[in-house]
Amino acid sequence: MSDLTVRNIRPHAGGNRIRKSRADRIFDIIIYTVAVLLTLLALYPMYFIVIASVSDPNLVAKGDVLLFPRAMSLDGYSYLLSMENLWNGYGNTILYSLAGTLIMLVVNIPVAYSLSRKDLAGRGFFTFFFIFPMFFGGGLIPTFIILNNTFHMVDTFLVMVLPFSVISYYIVVARTFFQSSLPAELWDAAQIDGCGNLRYFFQIVLPLSKAILAVIALWAAVGHWNSYFNAMIYLRTPSRFPLQLVMRNILINNEMAATAMTGSAAAELNRKANLIKYGAIVVSSLPIMTMYPFVQKYFNKGVMIGALKG
Amino acid sequence: MQRAVSIRRTSFLHRARRNWGLYLLMLPAIVIFICFTYLPMYGVIIAFKDFRPAAGIWGSSWAGLKYFERYFNSYMFTNTITNTLVISLYTIAVTFPLPILLALMCNQMYARRFKKFFQVSTYLPHFISTVVMCGMIIMFLSPSSGMIPKLLSLAGIETGDLMGNAGAFSGIYVWTEAWQHVGWDSIMYIAALSAVDPQLYEAAEVDGASKWQKILAIDIPMLVPTMITLFILRCGSILGVGFEKVYLLQNDLNISNSEIISTYLYKMGLKSNQYSYSAAIGLFNNVVNFVILILVNLFAKKVSDTSLF
Repeated sequence: MSDLTVRNIRPHAGGNRIRKSRADRIFDIIIYTVAVLLTLLALYPMYFIVIASVSDPNLVAKGDVLLFPRAMSLDGYSYLLSMENLWNGYGNTILYSLAGTLIMLVVNIPVAYSLSRKDLAGRGFFTFFFIFPMFFGGGLIPTFIILNNTFHMVDTFLVMVLPFSVISYYIVVARTFFQSSLPAELWDAAQIDGCGNLRYFFQIVLPLSKAILAVIALWAAVGHWNSYFNAMIYLRTPSRFPLQLVMRNILINNEMAATAMTGSAAAELNRKANLIKYGAIVVSSLPIMTMYPFVQKYFNKGVMIGALKG
Repeated sequence: MQRAVSIRRTSFLHRARRNWGLYLLMLPAIVIFICFTYLPMYGVIIAFKDFRPAAGIWGSSWAGLKYFERYFNSYMFTNTITNTLVISLYTIAVTFPLPILLALMCNQMYARRFKKFFQVSTYLPHFISTVVMCGMIIMFLSPSSGMIPKLLSLAGIETGDLMGNAGAFSGIYVWTEAWQHVGWDSIMYIAALSAVDPQLYEAAEVDGASKWQKILAIDIPMLVPTMITLFILRCGSILGVGFEKVYLLQNDLNISNSEIISTYLYKMGLKSNQYSYSAAIGLFNNVVNFVILILVNLFAKKVSDTSLF
């Protein structure tokens, strides 16, 4: 302490450095404390769901389950296994996600490549054509009428994967990637060797662009997995419902059982309602949550490529 | 073969013909966009017509501005606009600055492992689906069994039924939105900060700058272009509050503060089959958004040289 005061009186660089490092150390302590608190804030609700899904629902309701599961049982999960609509929705979602992601790659990536070519005649027009819908659209009702009355696509498999597969944002991100990662000389050289546009795209561009394919595929898959809106608007038959729509009926509308129940069975189901909900959340989110930490670098990369242009 | 080198000098038609493959690559997307995005833009004229499904979009008779007037004169007009604006502005006020703070903080962490863990944890909620998120909100806030009223009552705060409290709706919407997306939204700022030249920091240190001063003098100015771009985009959707989350969180008790333009037009259009009325509300909404976007973009261009287009 005395050492410090002595140094502080002397007006030279040494004194400054000590004062600075002390202020900076306090600064560091604040930063790391806040960071730890924020990490807990982000993770705890998700952790809570997991422990609540295997604990006694009465203890959870009383607020006795906060840090660890208590009176563990897998009742909730065994009931979930018997919910056919949930698993049917699961299957539908896998189907929609796979087909939808594939279609999105097939339609968006080639556009992004074409728009990235400076020698594309009419480049300005086509860029506008693909970007404009980001900022303006016909809206829900006209889209519904066109899909319903003109194309008769309501309540079909196709409506879940085709009409909304062109995504302006994906095109912008992939175009930026192509512009910054494929040198124009490469195309010039390929052309001299007699390579046409299509062959160049499929045999040279695609193999060099696995990173952006991964980014777009992951975004598209997560988007399909998590969406309920289009299904709610355009699907009618319950057996076609994707997971999220089934989840909405369970979580928000409290529809647990396929048929109405009476007496003790209903009371028992009511007691278990929250347990089933917690379990359903875990089951429906598990694929994405467990996959995410392993593929997160692709997600970040995509956002950063998108940020290049701004 | 010699021609290949001089592509840029060739004429428009010539370039178009030699690059026919590029148009073929765009064809599927063009067809899909025309059918399902541009055709609905044309279909928006039903807002000016008395739409009857049997007559079709073109065959229905004109109604002028009848449906717009009906919306402007209805009591739901002020209600939906106010709710939309309150939720939207509140969301921007909270979720626009927070990712910037988070990125600045993240940039100050030197423990690599911890930093990585911090980032992954704060991004994770972004991947929860809207349905699950709303289910969590409703369960966690339940006055009888919810975790949050329990924790708050330990601290001596009694909340009552938050989901049934209309006044609490915008707060619930905004802060859960922040919880879910702030980490993810900070990625762009973190990327911008990682582009700072380390020599700038070294020079500042030689001049005796504290960490705090370095943030103010180096980091924040570095983020301004990203801030402006993202801010313009946010302003472009001021009346475009996401339908999905609000709709799921609505109930009879909070409807007075939770009926926004998009939920109202969904109910009018697809639940009560008032197609033209609903299309008019939607068109009004989109035009206002578009105009705001253009104005903010123009303004940003004037004062800062940063703009979208």
